[in-house]
Amino acid sequence: MIEKRGIGRPIAHVVLILGVLIVAFPIYYTFIASTQSLTTILRPPLPLTPGDQFVPNYSEAIFGGIGRIGGVDVLTLLFNTLVMALGIALGKIFISILSAFAVVFFRFPLRMLFFWLIFVTLMLPVEVRILPTYKVMVDLGMIDTYAGLILPLIASATATLLFRQFFMTIPSELVEAARIDGAGPLRFLKDILLPLSKTNIAALFVILFIYGWTQYLWPLLVTNDNQMNTIVIALRKMVSFADADTPWHMVMVTSILAILPPVLVVVLMQRWFVRGLVESEK
Amino acid sequence: MDGRTPFAGTALQKAVFPNKLLPYLLLAPQVAITIVFFYWPASQALYQSMLKEDPFGLKSQFVGLRNFAQVLGDPDYLNSVKVTIVFSVSTAVLAMALALFLATAAEKVVRGKGFYRTMLIWPYAVAPAVAGLLWLFMFNPSMGTFAYLLRSAGYRWNPLLDGDQAMLLVVVAAAWKQISYNFLFFVAALQSVPRSLIEAAAIDGASSTKRFWTIVFPLIAPTTFFLLVVNTVYAFFDTFGIIDAVTGGGPAQATQTLVYKVYNDGFVNLDLGGSAAQSVILMAIVIALTAVQFRYVEKRVHYA
Amino acid sequence: MAKIELTDVRKVYPGNVEAVKGVSLSIPDGSFVVLVGPSGCGKSTLLRMVAGLESISSGTVEIGERVVNELEPAERDIAMVFQNYALYPHMSVRGNLQYGLKNRKMASDEIARRVDAAAKMLEIGPLLDRKPGQLSGGQRQRVAMGRALVREPAAFLFDEPLSNLDAKLRVQMRAEIRRLQRRLGTTSLYVTHDQLEAMTLADKLVVLNSGRIEQVGSPMDVYEKPASLFVATFIGSPAMNLLPVGEGGVPGVSASDHLLSPGGRPQILGVRPEHMRLVAETDATQPGDAIFELTVNGVEVVGAESFVYGGLPQGGPEVAVRVAGYSHLEPGTQVRAATSHDAFHRFDRESGRRIVVA
Repeated sequence: MIEKRGIGRPIAHVVLILGVLIVAFPIYYTFIASTQSLTTILRPPLPLTPGDQFVPNYSEAIFGGIGRIGGVDVLTLLFNTLVMALGIALGKIFISILSAFAVVFFRFPLRMLFFWLIFVTLMLPVEVRILPTYKVMVDLGMIDTYAGLILPLIASATATLLFRQFFMTIPSELVEAARIDGAGPLRFLKDILLPLSKTNIAALFVILFIYGWTQYLWPLLVTNDNQMNTIVIALRKMVSFADADTPWHMVMVTSILAILPPVLVVVLMQRWFVRGLVESEK
Repeated sequence: MDGRTPFAGTALQKAVFPNKLLPYLLLAPQVAITIVFFYWPASQALYQSMLKEDPFGLKSQFVGLRNFAQVLGDPDYLNSVKVTIVFSVSTAVLAMALALFLATAAEKVVRGKGFYRTMLIWPYAVAPAVAGLLWLFMFNPSMGTFAYLLRSAGYRWNPLLDGDQAMLLVVVAAAWKQISYNFLFFVAALQSVPRSLIEAAAIDGASSTKRFWTIVFPLIAPTTFFLLVVNTVYAFFDTFGIIDAVTGGGPAQATQTLVYKVYNDGFVNLDLGGSAAQSVILMAIVIALTAVQFRYVEKRVHYA
Repeated sequence: MAKIELTDVRKVYPGNVEAVKGVSLSIPDGSFVVLVGPSGCGKSTLLRMVAGLESISSGTVEIGERVVNELEPAERDIAMVFQNYALYPHMSVRGNLQYGLKNRKMASDEIARRVDAAAKMLEIGPLLDRKPGQLSGGQRQRVAMGRALVREPAAFLFDEPLSNLDAKLRVQMRAEIRRLQRRLGTTSLYVTHDQLEAMTLADKLVVLNSGRIEQVGSPMDVYEKPASLFVATFIGSPAMNLLPVGEGGVPGVSASDHLLSPGGRPQILGVRPEHMRLVAETDATQPGDAIFELTVNGVEVVGAESFVYGGLPQGGPEVAVRVAGYSHLEPGTQVRAATSHDAFHRFDRESGRRIVVA
C-alpha cells in the first residue's frame, strides 16, 4: 500500500530503538558493572562505559573459587545448570515423543484414559504442588540429585500435546506405505517420524532448555548441598538484602555468566525458537 | 495447530499399527513420571490440606475443611490475594501494552526488522530470579544508580521500606521479562491481518490510527485474550524468583503473592496443612484458567 | 507373479456399517483388473483389505496360493501406489525406492541393480538424488511407481494413482502404466472412479456399487451388455438415455410394437447417445428403426463431436444424441433422431437388472 510519505516510518524506528534500549539496558548495565571494581559500584552513579576490571573480575569468578557461594566454583554451577536444562529438555522430548507416538499411531484399550491422565497435568506447574512434591523427593531420596532436579519438571503435557498435534498431520498413506515397505512401528518412528519431526524437536528443545535453565523455586528446594546448586540459586545466595557485604561486582559477573548460555541459545536458534513458541502455545 | 481441537483425534480414522503391547511400553515412561511426580503429590496435597499437624510433626489429625476455612479467613491470605491481583494485572497490562506498541512499530519498518527482533527477544532467556537481581541492582537504595538519580531528583525512593515502590519494582522487572514473549505473538498476529482489509479501510478514508483501533485491534483480539491468560499465569507462578530476589515478599507482605505465601508458610513457617490448603486453592485457580484458555482455543478454530 | 482370489469378503465397520457386502472375485495371474465405482462404493476398502491395511471382517483373501487374511502388509508380497503418492518427504528419490528393499535386508548390489533398472524404465534416472518436494506431480507419480516396481512383487495395487494429475498428464501416465504392466506381466488391481480410465486400462472390469459387485467382464462386455441400470449409466459418457416404457409405449417414440409394449413386468429402455443419429424429414429410415421426435434444449460441442440434448413431446427424461462435428442447432428446433432396434438395452424396472431378449 502506498502511504503518504510521512513521519510514520521514522517514528516507528525511534519507538523500536527506545524499546531496544529499555529491553537491553539492564543487561548492558549488568555487563558494565561486571567490569568495575566493587568500590566503583558502591559509589553511584555507575559510569556508562566498561571499566578496567574485566579480566580480574572474570578470572576471579571462573578460576578463583568464590568463597561466598559456599566454596563452589562457577564451572560446577554452570555444569549443574547445564545438566538440569539438558536433562529437562531431552528427557521431556524423549518421553513426549514416545507417548504421543503411542496415542496417535496405535489403538488400544484405555487409550483415551491415558491421554487424559497426561493431559490433565497441562498447566499445573510445579509451583502449586511444591510441598507435597518435596516430600515425595525426600521419600525417594532424591534430594541433592540430578534426578531430583530434573524428573518432577518433566511431568507435564505440553510437549506431548505438541507432538501429538504434529503427528496427526502426518498423512495416513505415509504410515501405510511404510508398512508395505516392511517397516514396523519402531522402524517407522526412527526412519520416518523422527526425521520429519526435526524442526519441531529443535523448537521444543530451545524452549525447554530455557525453561530448565531459568528454574528457581524447584532447585532452591531440592538442593541443600551447595555443590548441587544451579547458577541461578547460587547467585541468589550471594545477595543479601541491603547488605554492604554483597560482592556486587562478583554478582554481576555471575549474572552475565548465568544469562549468556540461554541468550546464546535463543539468539542462535532464533528461527526455531520463534516457531516453537508461537506454535506450541497456539 | 492444525485447526483441530485437542480431542478431535478420537473421531479421526488414522492408519495405525496393530501391535497390542507396544503402545503401553511407549506410554510407560511418561505415565510413570506423571503418577509419581504429579498425581501422587497432588493427592498428597489434597489429603494434607485436610490434616492438622502438631508443631513437632508427630501427630496429625483429620480436620476436614477447617484448614480451608482458616486460610480463607486469614487477613494475611486475603491481603496476598489482593497483592496477587494487583501484581498480575499490572504486569500483564504493562508487558502487553509495551509489546503491542513495539509490535505495531515493527510492522511499519521495512529495514532492520530482524535486528530489532533479535534485540527484543533476549530477556526471554533471562531467569526471573536473575531479572529480579538486575533490577534490584539498578534500583537498590544503597548503591543503585537509578535509586541515586531518583534521590538526587528529590524523590524519596526506598523500595525496601515503601510497599508501593516495592510493588512497582517487581512489576517492572516482571513485565520487562515478558515483553519478548508478547512481542513475538503480537508480531505474528499483526502479520496475519489481511492486507486487503487494511487497504479497504484506507480507501474508505480511515486514518492510520483509526485503522488500527477499528480494524486491526479487533482482529487480533483472540491473540490479545490468549496473551492475557498466559501473562496472568506467568505473573502467578513464574515470578516467584523475581519476588524472592527483589523483595522477599516484603516490606510487610506488600509483595507477598499467593505462590510466595505457599512457599513461605510451608517451608519457612512449617504450617503444612495451611500450605497444602493454599496449594489446593491455587490448583483450582489454575484449572479454571486452563478451562478458560481451552474454551478460547476452541473458539479460535473458527477464526482460523 | 500370482493370482488373487477373493471369497465372500466382507468389511463391517464399528457401528455395523457394512462397507463391503460379500465380494467374490478372481484375478488371474498377470491380468490387469480395475475396480470402478462411485465414491463410497467400497472399492478402496476392498483394495486396502487385499493390501492388509484394513482387517477382513469375514471371507478370505488369497494371494498366490496363500490365505493372507492374518498377514502383515509387508508379508503379502504386494506393492502399492497411493493416490497422494505417499513418498517419504525427507528421503531422496533413491532413498524412497530402496527403503522397502533395505528393510528386507536385500544385498546392496541387488538393491542398486533394481533401483537403476526401475529408474531407467521410468526415466527418473536424473532425479534420483532429489527430494520429493523438488519434483513435479508427474515426476512424483513416477517415483511412486518406481517404489512399487523395485520390489518386484507378486501383485501391484493401485489406489486412484492418477487422480492428482492434470488431464493431459493423466492420459499419458495411463498409457504408460498399461505398457509397463504388459511388459512386466505383474498381476495388478487398480481402483478408480474414472470410467474412462477403467475402460482403457482393464483386462477385466469390476463395477462396484454400495459394497457389491454389479458386473464383472471385459470393458467391451460391460459397455455393450451392461448388467444393470447402474452399470448402464455409470459406464459411458454422456450416460445412456433411459426411457420408462408404459402401457402405450414411449410417447414421442415410434417403433415396432414388440419393443415398446413390454410383456409382463414394467421395463426401462436404454440407448446410448452414440448409437443414435439425427435424420432429416426426407431421410429414408431403415426398417426396424425407432424414431424420436425431439425439441432441442441445447447443444454441447466437444470438438470432434457434439451432443444434442432434446426433450420428447410428452416430457420425461432428456435424450442425448451424438452427432459428428459441429452442430448448429438452435434451442427450440424440432428434430428427429433414429436408432436401430439392436441398439436398445432393456432393464427390469423393479430390479434394475438387464433383461436378456431371447
